[in-house]
Amino acid sequence: MPLIIKLLAQRIALGLILLLFVSGLIFAGTMILPGDVAQSILGQSATPEALANLRAELGLNDPPLQRYIQWLGGAMTGDLGTALTSGADITESIGKRLSNTLFLAFWAAIIAVPLAIFLGLLAVRFKDRWPDKMISAVTLASISIPEFLIGYVLMYLIAVKLRWFPSVAMINDGMSLGEKLGAIALPVTVLTLVVLAHMMRMTRAAILNVMQSAYIETAELKGLNGFQVIFRHAFPNAIAPIVNVVMLNLAYLVVGVVVIEVVFVYPGMGQYLVDHVSKRDVPVVQACGLIFAAVYIGLNMTADIVAILSNPRLRHPK
Amino acid sequence: MSEPLLKVRGLKIGATVYPPGEKPHDIDIVHGVDFDLQPGKVLGLIGESGAGKSTIGLASMAYGRGGVKITGGEVWVNGRDIMKSDHGDIRKLRGGEVTYVSQSAAASFNPAKKIIDQVVEAAVEQKKFSRKDAEDRARVLFEKLGLPDPQNIGDRYPHQVSGGQLQRCMTALALCPEPDLVVFDEPTTALDVTTQIDVLMAIKEAIRDTGVAALYITHDLAVVAQVSDDIMVLRMGNTVEYGTVDQIINNPQEEYTQALVSVRSIEHEEKEPKGDPVLSVRNITARYKGTQFDVLHNVNVDLYPGQTLAVVGESGSGKSTLARVITGLLPPREGEIEFAGRILSPDLAGRSREDLRELQMIYQMADVAMNPRQTVGTIIGRPLEFYFGMKGAEKRQRIIELLDEIELGEDFIDRYPAELSGGQKQRVCIARSLAAKPKMIICDEVTSALDPLVADGILKLLLELQKIEDVAFLFITHDLATVKAISDNIAVMYQGKVQRYGGKTKVLSPPFDDYTDLLLSSVPEMRLGWLEDVIANRKMESAGN
Amino acid sequence: MKNIPISALIGLFFTALYFLMAIFAPLISPYGMAEVVGDVWEPASSQFLLGTDNIGRDLLSRMIYGGRTTIFIATAATILSFTLGSVLGFFAAVAGGWVDQMLSRFVDLVMSIPTLIFALVVLSVMPVTVPVLIIVMGLLDATRVYRLARAVAVDIEVMDYVEAARLRGEKTAWIIFREILPNALSPLVAEMGLRFIFMVLFVSTLSFLGLGIQPPEADWGGIVKENKDGIVYGIPAALAPAFAIATLAISVNLVADWVLNRTTSLKGGRG
Repeated sequence: MPLIIKLLAQRIALGLILLLFVSGLIFAGTMILPGDVAQSILGQSATPEALANLRAELGLNDPPLQRYIQWLGGAMTGDLGTALTSGADITESIGKRLSNTLFLAFWAAIIAVPLAIFLGLLAVRFKDRWPDKMISAVTLASISIPEFLIGYVLMYLIAVKLRWFPSVAMINDGMSLGEKLGAIALPVTVLTLVVLAHMMRMTRAAILNVMQSAYIETAELKGLNGFQVIFRHAFPNAIAPIVNVVMLNLAYLVVGVVVIEVVFVYPGMGQYLVDHVSKRDVPVVQACGLIFAAVYIGLNMTADIVAILSNPRLRHPK
Repeated sequence: MSEPLLKVRGLKIGATVYPPGEKPHDIDIVHGVDFDLQPGKVLGLIGESGAGKSTIGLASMAYGRGGVKITGGEVWVNGRDIMKSDHGDIRKLRGGEVTYVSQSAAASFNPAKKIIDQVVEAAVEQKKFSRKDAEDRARVLFEKLGLPDPQNIGDRYPHQVSGGQLQRCMTALALCPEPDLVVFDEPTTALDVTTQIDVLMAIKEAIRDTGVAALYITHDLAVVAQVSDDIMVLRMGNTVEYGTVDQIINNPQEEYTQALVSVRSIEHEEKEPKGDPVLSVRNITARYKGTQFDVLHNVNVDLYPGQTLAVVGESGSGKSTLARVITGLLPPREGEIEFAGRILSPDLAGRSREDLRELQMIYQMADVAMNPRQTVGTIIGRPLEFYFGMKGAEKRQRIIELLDEIELGEDFIDRYPAELSGGQKQRVCIARSLAAKPKMIICDEVTSALDPLVADGILKLLLELQKIEDVAFLFITHDLATVKAISDNIAVMYQGKVQRYGGKTKVLSPPFDDYTDLLLSSVPEMRLGWLEDVIANRKMESAGN
Repeated sequence: MKNIPISALIGLFFTALYFLMAIFAPLISPYGMAEVVGDVWEPASSQFLLGTDNIGRDLLSRMIYGGRTTIFIATAATILSFTLGSVLGFFAAVAGGWVDQMLSRFVDLVMSIPTLIFALVVLSVMPVTVPVLIIVMGLLDATRVYRLARAVAVDIEVMDYVEAARLRGEKTAWIIFREILPNALSPLVAEMGLRFIFMVLFVSTLSFLGLGIQPPEADWGGIVKENKDGIVYGIPAALAPAFAIATLAISVNLVADWVLNRTTSLKGGRG
């Protein structure tokens, strides 16, 4: 089997194994902790009958391993159980919300990724001059403020003072795409700002790293112009690091979404998760945690796969 | 005399440096250099590191690395002052009129593109040839440069060919656009000695056959003597001496040039072995953890007290692995090490403090062999404290004695490694190993990272110290000149085996086996016509091809 | 010490100021932390320098007390994550073998779940108290410190001077404390600054989500949560912590940058 196929298979297998262990860790994180989960859900004043009922409902009387296998088996067949608080089917509730979250993240990524790569290139082109310095100043500022505060600052300025966009991002099925986009304009802007700084800085570092290679000097000494040097010689080698940057930041975006949804009261996965953490609705938290972790692992795996695919040593073995 | 192809007048080159914690300031690298290069001729630029030779080479292409820029003087190429040329003319100059061959072809080829695409790129871009003609020309050059399968080698990617082959491909890249001038910047320095000679010959023939002019930059006078018509000796950005190759090699005027010519000519009488060996390596076979093949096969050597055993070989010969086995860092699969009359434990953990004290080591890179956060006093003082329990004034007195032995003054005691020159660092490492009063020191390529004159100084010091301290050296090196200078016994290693072993005179005298012959004959000699003689008399192909 | 650049001086000044305010909060705040002293969301005046909050408490006093809580939790969590992460990281690098493998694979596993998500999962079943917050944050963040400490130590470990110390017969403790640590200190100290900032942001985020500090105790994230409804009426009380967090974070960043630059300058030369 060619080395590259072997490496890809290994990486995908590793991703799946990681996901399996992560599911175990999430399950264990909510089960093997000091105190009784039922007690901490119902509080100190709960009656013994109520506690017993809840324990039975949660399956706490079964051995942990058996509960884990049941839970995992369900999750793999699309059955994530029912919410404790509402009794609603979790898979059904998540379905709609997941698509809302992906809708938000998608538009943020569509704007942020090209913009960040463009600005990263700009920073490289004008290294140590004012565009570069400004970009690093903005980066410093934006990694120093939590996402939710950027959200409120923008909400205060744009929605309340300037009244350009609504301050909450309610969307429903009846809205047209245009209306939906108007509604999510502010959260998308905030998410873009949040990942932009990181992505710019990392893109800049990745390209600078390539530009310092000896083969770039060779290209310059062939009399090629700056454009040819970047596109013929730097770009093919910069793809893997840039894709890596993009994937890492998309993973970061997925987490940022959780907080931003709460700020803008957006009906997505993040808000769903946070609501149910406060309500101590363990099955919902487990399900959401698993989905977020799966997306996160998937994006990191994609980055590695692109790196393998774009490595000339692996694509053209000796 | 016709108009020179390259005319350099009063060339001054400077750079802006940004030392952390200080204001950025300008420094001068080259302080006014003049030379002419006629079409079809080769000028060798020679000097130690920091002489400014590469900087001058790149200046002929109006190029400066990092913040380097030409600050004064004139550079004329084909009758045009390139200092006054616009961007378009400079792009025509680079890759069209003047091309470049770097020290590391492996780094200078783009890993993501096929070799042929990179070789023809300049020729096509400069509109010198059509793509098809350029490819045909590249294949002719591949053949001329002695590359295997010249029709198809261009379709490979850079990582798919060997280092020596890639260096030839780089030469083809430089010659493909039919330039007037090629700048060769240490093109054979990174290669093994037996490979170097083939690449050198290929470059020489290519220059002759294409009639191109060349600037040949190197630190090795013996190498440059083989390919040049004229030689310019540079030191710290100034011209020391400039003349024909014959004059520089056979009749050098300046003291510095004379020193460069006579470098590596240290001689040392072979001593007869006396008494029992201090070190006996017996039937050692070893491999690295997790690998499937042995890197050492049944190695047997002896080292006698107060003598030097040189272990010589090219990269991959197993010579450094042997050092790791002796020090206990790599326990062997088979065999044993006898040291000072006792059998050493195969791994480090099982050795006594006395074993460790009596067997010291000096490394190739003195830079990383010393903790940058410790002063010279701490570095040399620690073995005194550790092995002999010395403290306070007694320790200080001994440190000063040791500093004196390595010809450094008392004031070095409070300095940090970063404040020392390369040669001084290596001296401190020598003092650290002597502090333990060892019976034997392993010297692993201790002079390879140093400039030739500095390396000579270190070798002389080691010979001197051997007399005073009566210590034995196991001297690992790839450089045969060093071997001749310092050894009493020699072990030639090849592919993990001892190929030839015995007293210096015997090992270096015919009849030779094929590999020793190849290795010995590949060491550049400081005389004209050496290269042709060697190539004509070879029995074996070098491994790097 | 006279060569400190101006940016680092500014950073040091503000960092010190914030820490002093945290320590002496009861002395400098004009009102009590939970004391209702005025109307809801009064604008800034000479009586209430930053105005009042959603139930009429003095915002400045709450900010000062909130800073105290935030800085205390962040500092404690940083110390925990740092001690644990760097000790284990160094240990893994020097020990190597299966110890290193076990620790590193476990850290990989924990890091494959986003920190915030993992914290939310754990906090869904844990009582939210200050010690629990510090432990959860500290443990999760220790994985990052572990990676850095291990990477730095592995880089130093392969240096010839460490091998020289081994060949001399030095003990593991000497190798860690005398050969590796002095060379690893600067990057680790700089990283400590960044970890501290991250902790400030992290605890603020948790409190904002209602899973951190519980009312009536104040912290900067909680103040945003309490006052966020004012935003739509144009009352900026919720934005006060943004300013505080940003200035603290930028100050610490400037100090960390300076520490890091000093490291690189040492590599270049020391004369």
